[in-house]
Amino acid sequence: MLSRYLEEEGLATTQIALVRPHTEKIKPPRALWVPFELGRPLGAPNDPAFQRKVLMAALKLLERPAGPVLEDFPEDAPASAGEPALLACPYIPPTEVTEGTEAEKLCQCFKAEVASLRPWYDISLQKRQRSTVGVSKLSMKEIGDFLCSFLIQGIPPNPRTEIPFASEIRYAADDLKAYYIESVTAQPGAETTDSKALAEWFWKDTFAGKVLLGAREVCLKSPDQAIQRAALVPREFAPPAPPQEAGPPPQRPQQ
Amino acid sequence: MVRLEQVSEGERRILENAACPTFETNPWVRAPKLSEARVAIISTAGLHKREDRPFTREPGDFYRVIPGNINSNDLVMSHVSLGFDRTGFQQDWNIAFPIDRLKELAEEKVIGSLASYHYSFMGADDPTRWEQSARQLASIMKKDNVNAVLLVPV
Repeated sequence: MLSRYLEEEGLATTQIALVRPHTEKIKPPRALWVPFELGRPLGAPNDPAFQRKVLMAALKLLERPAGPVLEDFPEDAPASAGEPALLACPYIPPTEVTEGTEAEKLCQCFKAEVASLRPWYDISLQKRQRSTVGVSKLSMKEIGDFLCSFLIQGIPPNPRTEIPFASEIRYAADDLKAYYIESVTAQPGAETTDSKALAEWFWKDTFAGKVLLGAREVCLKSPDQAIQRAALVPREFAPPAPPQEAGPPPQRPQQ
Repeated sequence: MVRLEQVSEGERRILENAACPTFETNPWVRAPKLSEARVAIISTAGLHKREDRPFTREPGDFYRVIPGNINSNDLVMSHVSLGFDRTGFQQDWNIAFPIDRLKELAEEKVIGSLASYHYSFMGADDPTRWEQSARQLASIMKKDNVNAVLLVPV
């Protein structure tokens, strides 16, 4: 729709389109539909040649004499190169029993896991000269404490008063995920761009994933609807919502 | 996708049920030759400079400005949706903001030049709310001599 407004104001546009049925209805002036996953309009990370092909196909639409034009990009994104990545559990806790409740033990393991990834985060920064961590404006230690307090004490105060609390939880969770993904993909043998493998690893194999699942449970019980709706866990990794019942929700055993 | 059959059922339902308006007219501006195009990127990935405010969706506050000379470490994302992959962007900003590729094309004179500024909206919104901002942005871009806009979704 943006393209229609711009074009009405006299600017020529071309665009990449991910959801073809939407583009068919909106009929932007020039659109290249690409068969890539959402979040990857240029197709393949770290693959300049493929990105260039996609980009040129979109730019070439500017040369069409008339429109609207909706063209399909003919290639699927190349699969992640090399061997299947070995994404190990980042932190294996010591076997001796630690003190505390289940939530406290989980948080101890989580914080140790965060610390154990730090050298790889530093390598990632050095290698990529960039990081996407930082929207929450909290350090990783502050993010760890903030998220753990959901599990141990209940919903904590907002660490940033200029941002709505529900947004800040989300940014903290996003920073945590970015820290983990950037760190693990800097490790030898784990340089994968396979989004499914990375999501499975984060949500099933890390303590961070378990902490976010726990924080989500706490948020869902908040009387504040914005906090209830704070999306911390993607649908495919979130346990199904309990059936709606009249009266107060049943108490769940502490996990 | 997005081959829709590859998307999880919940996400697919959201995409299929999204309200998409249809329009009576088909605006069309003749584009310059590629070699004369001065290109600006408009992303809907919720991208902004590290020190900027995250997106709010408050009235009028719909886009962020990305300087053309931005360093890759200074661009972050504060999109509210969990429905798309971010691990690509975490590893390579060109996956959603193809500025290095465009710079290469400008150096090779395939395109004319790159705009002084690029822009990002945050896609989890009703784009009809953006109309005024988009029209104003068009006049600002024209003053930057932009004559071709590349729109990139996530």
